[in-house]
Parts: sequence; C-alpha cells; structure tokens
Amino acid sequence: MMWLTLAGMALVTFALRASFLLLPPRLDTPPLLRRALRYVPAAVLTAIWAPELVLSPGYEQMAAGAVAIAVAWRWRVTFATILAGLAALHLFHWLL
Amino acid sequence: MLPGVVAFGVITGVAMVASGIPPLVAMLMSVVVFAGASMVAAAQLLASGTPALLVILTTVFINLRFMMYSASLRQHFAHQPLGWRLLIAYLQADNVYGLTLMRYAERPESPGERDFFLGAALAVWVAWQLAVAGGIVIGAGVPASWRLEFAAPLAFIAITIPFLRERATVGAAAVAAATVVAAHGLPFGLAIPLAALTGIAAGLALEPRRA
Repeated sequence: MMWLTLAGMALVTFALRASFLLLPPRLDTPPLLRRALRYVPAAVLTAIWAPELVLSPGYEQMAAGAVAIAVAWRWRVTFATILAGLAALHLFHWLL
Repeated sequence: MLPGVVAFGVITGVAMVASGIPPLVAMLMSVVVFAGASMVAAAQLLASGTPALLVILTTVFINLRFMMYSASLRQHFAHQPLGWRLLIAYLQADNVYGLTLMRYAERPESPGERDFFLGAALAVWVAWQLAVAGGIVIGAGVPASWRLEFAAPLAFIAITIPFLRERATVGAAAVAAATVVAAHGLPFGLAIPLAALTGIAAGLALEPRRA
C-alpha cells in the first residue's frame, strides 16, 4: 500500500515536471492552458497552509501566520519567515 | 536560498516520520518524489488512512505547478538532448525555478544557461536530501513544546508569497483559501483540488482585459 503510493507519487510528479520539456520544440502551448497554469502556485500552495491558520483552535496560529506573511512579503527569505512565525506563535501563546 | 531549503527539508523529514512513515521509506520518497509540499501532505493523508489513489490525486494537484515550470523552462531548454531534458525535469524546484528565471530575465541570450540551472539545482538537491535525512534522524526527538509542526505551514507561506505579484494571483490565492476553509469537511483532502480549481478560475477572471 505504501509502496504503491510511493511509486504513484514519483510517477505523477516526474510526469508533471517532464510534460512540456518532452514536447517537440515547434509545438505551441495552448494559450488558455498557459494562462491557467500561472495561477496554480498561488491557488494550490495557499490551499495547503490556509486551513492551518484559520481552522486551528484559538487565534495564535492566525496571528503568527499574519506575522509570517508580513515577513515573507517584505523580505522574501524562507528562513526568516519560519523563524519569525515560530517566534510569533510562542509570543502570542504567552500573551493570549 | 540554501538556508531556506535546509529549513524546509528538516521540517519535511520531521513531519514525515511524525506521521508514521518508516525512516527508510521517507528517505526513499525524498529521492524519488523530491517535492516537499506533496510529501508532507501525503504523510498526513496516509496517517489518516486515505486510500492510495486519493493520496496520488492530491499529489497531482499540489505538484501541478511543476507543469507550469516545465512549460516555462521549455523556452530555454527545448533544444537540449533528451537526457539533459529529463535531468532538468527531475531537478525542478520552486526556488531553483525562481532563481534561474530571474537570471535569464537579466541576461537574455547568455550562453551556459543550462549549466547555470544544473549548478543551482544540484546544490539545492544535495542540501535538500541532507536536510531531510537530518530531519528524519531528529524525528520524534524534538520536544512537542517547540511546536515545530507549525513550521510546515510557515515554509509554505514563504514559498507562496513570491508568486503573489498582482491582483489576479492575489485573488487566486484568496479564493483558494476561502474555498479550502469552506470545504474542509470534505473527506480525503478533496478540499485542495476543489480550491485549486476555484482559485485558478478566479485568477483567470481577474486578469486584466487585453485591448
């Protein structure tokens, strides 16, 4: 069961990564697909973290998430975002 | 760039082992799948008894962005030999894509873009695998009071924000967030594919009209 999942994940992930790189050079990408793909990272990645902030009991996750978003927006440094978010989580836990 | 990769890698390793994935399977997954966000999500779904097919479906949606990178990298690498294109495909990662595209935008027509991509991608790959291995070893040894599990959503926030460049992408993220929260009662993580679809639709609807 776990092996099947592992093989399936590896296969679909590589297929997505290889997809357009395997097409012949002259073939054009359909314009609507190209436009739709632009919004995939914003939509999918946000759908992963939003519930962790909004649906957690209490408000400390939401407040710490807001701090992390602000830090990410201003400096765009992954490490700083994680550190600031964790520090804010502990601070708000202590305050709230 | 590398400190962020290491931080996310360690968190991914810790999260996989904490969800009950055996250490060797977790390390193998890191090598063959090499996509942190989908690995954390899959570990959580497996822990809650989700069927394999639905875990793989969720992986498709979370990793759909690699299709976008693939379409974009094709403009630079379509004429490379097949073997190089397969290697380039395997090594795609969010930050490598961002870094190389920035460089290509600054210096169009520069020779050696393939070597620049491979150099950056290999450095990230090695740092990532070592970090995941470290996370797996640390595993359950991290005290729960540190609340390190919250680092996973924080890492996703750090990856997401650079994509939010204008009204349409911000709208796509906002609608996806609203959808996933409203639909969180759906079984088997189906809220994520649903949020992907409504978010993409919102992005397309908010695009500036071309004259």
